[in-house]
Amino acid sequence: MGQSLIDLRNISKSFDGTMVLDDLNLSVKENTFVTLLGPSGCGKTTTLRIIGGFESPSKGEVIFDGQNITNLPPNKRQLNTVFQKYALFTHMSIAENIAFGLKIKNKSKSYIQDKIKYALKLVNLDGFENRSVSSLSGGQQQRIAIARAIVNEPRVLLLDEPLGALDLKLRQDMQYELIRLKNELGITFIYVTHDQEEALTMSDTIVVMNQGYIQQMGSPENIYNEPENAFVADFIGESNIVPGIMLRDELVEIFGAKFACVDKGFGSNAPVDVVIRPEDIDLVAPENGSLEGVVTHLIFKGVHYEMEVTSPDGFEWLVHSTDLFPVGQKVGIHVDPFDIQIMNKPASEDEEAVGVNE
Amino acid sequence: MNKKLLSGPYLMWMIGFILIPLALIVFYGLTDKSGAFTLSNVLSISTEEHAKALWLSLGLSLLSTVLCLVLAYPLAMILRTRGMGQGSFIVFIFILPMWMNFLLRTLAWQTLLEKNGVINGILSALHLPNQGLINTPGAIILGMVYNFLPFMVLPIYNVLMKIDDNVVNAARDLGANSLQVLIRILLPLSIPGIVSGITMVFVPALTTFVISNILGGSKILLIGNVIEQEFTKGSNWNLGSGLSLVLMIFILISMALIAKYDKNGEGTVL
Repeated sequence: MGQSLIDLRNISKSFDGTMVLDDLNLSVKENTFVTLLGPSGCGKTTTLRIIGGFESPSKGEVIFDGQNITNLPPNKRQLNTVFQKYALFTHMSIAENIAFGLKIKNKSKSYIQDKIKYALKLVNLDGFENRSVSSLSGGQQQRIAIARAIVNEPRVLLLDEPLGALDLKLRQDMQYELIRLKNELGITFIYVTHDQEEALTMSDTIVVMNQGYIQQMGSPENIYNEPENAFVADFIGESNIVPGIMLRDELVEIFGAKFACVDKGFGSNAPVDVVIRPEDIDLVAPENGSLEGVVTHLIFKGVHYEMEVTSPDGFEWLVHSTDLFPVGQKVGIHVDPFDIQIMNKPASEDEEAVGVNE
Repeated sequence: MNKKLLSGPYLMWMIGFILIPLALIVFYGLTDKSGAFTLSNVLSISTEEHAKALWLSLGLSLLSTVLCLVLAYPLAMILRTRGMGQGSFIVFIFILPMWMNFLLRTLAWQTLLEKNGVINGILSALHLPNQGLINTPGAIILGMVYNFLPFMVLPIYNVLMKIDDNVVNAARDLGANSLQVLIRILLPLSIPGIVSGITMVFVPALTTFVISNILGGSKILLIGNVIEQEFTKGSNWNLGSGLSLVLMIFILISMALIAKYDKNGEGTVL
């Protein structure tokens, strides 16, 4: 623990002149669950493929356990990959699929038999040895793909959107399954997904990527509660992002109303972006709120009501609350100081893309 | 009911152009000129002349099929690794000769291989001894490979293109080197394509008489030539049909052998 196992140093990658990754630096500690999260085309899969050895970076180095493995082919790397659409060998039985890597390494028959049994037990598919790939459901095929990878005792397991093809219920089950597997195996998982909920559920560390740059890296709580820029705030969960003026430390003005906050160091009278999560807005009597508004939409969502509150300046606040305020009712908007997240305003779109990685 | 109506034309086609001719061949093959039942037409395969032609045909078509496979597989592999656009251009180049008449293509080879043909012309210009190229088994094999190679390339190319890149990546990820990927993953997964390629080359090569007529002169008789002569020159339809039946049996046997290796059941008739 504590030691970094994989280091990506100044990695750049372009395909046919299009920059996919630009000077990316990332270090992954041993025995952690790291998720690369971002919209499609953000470079997360390319990053994973560079770690796996299926792409070579245009520039930069891949360091694995202190060794430079940038030019090492995938079959010589101490890591294994679980691919997006499972990529099982359809001409082999389940047992043969799992045994593939071990046979290549010339392990003994009894060792391979034990390993197959162990791996199938681990993914809860005991007795599936002689089944054919085509007789398995998507979720089962995914488990076999994981079993096939982990019998080789990799130090790192790379997972490329492994749950993307599964339905919602199965996906949630597999999320818990993956957390359990990671804890039982005690190895490093690097997981690629565009699903923020998946990332928040499973990860120790989330790396939010956009347009080839790392936007923010941190624990799920950190990413969710303290987004560093509007992209992260918008991508992770739902949020109200409003322009504000930092009057002084711990006081911000939004649409002419003053809100107490806990952020410091932005200077005085500085323009900023303010993030407020919908569940952090308290609707109160108009005279008790910092800002007035009228409820303009109301939807029942099960766990809570989703409301839209339009303030006099025309901004539509998204509010989640278990209390019902009917459409047309005047309300006051109140936010606790620590629920307000202040971010630097990007000067240009380029800067927004570069984010924290400048 | 509607579905049955739709299949009507196909059924009539099959009866009129497949079943009836086949039945006629069986009838002719198993009767003599007076119409009496006899096995002599079929059994005449054991005469020295006919047996020799059959074995030669089997040998040459087998060799051509193997050559086609050896040439086609690496080509299909190269096509697979190329980008889609580049790959289909190379495939197009390979199919292009098929747009020309089969006879013309074979006659062109005759011109090239003749005693005073183009190749020997170049050889004499270089003061090298002339070669007897035409009218040899080698010329026939060349003609077969040249004409039938596309039929081997295309089915193999098709199955190889269908293999997901990540399946290959997964094998490499699990430690396999390029040779192991080829032997353990690509070859087994491309068996359906190989099987249909073999079928599409072996059967026409076994029954051809045009290639052996043009490139083999009248010196080399394949079983196809023998049957052709019985129908055209000898006017002994009974003997020709009888030999055809024997040839069909050989084709059925080879199909059955191939089908054993084609678990997915793609590409073969059986």
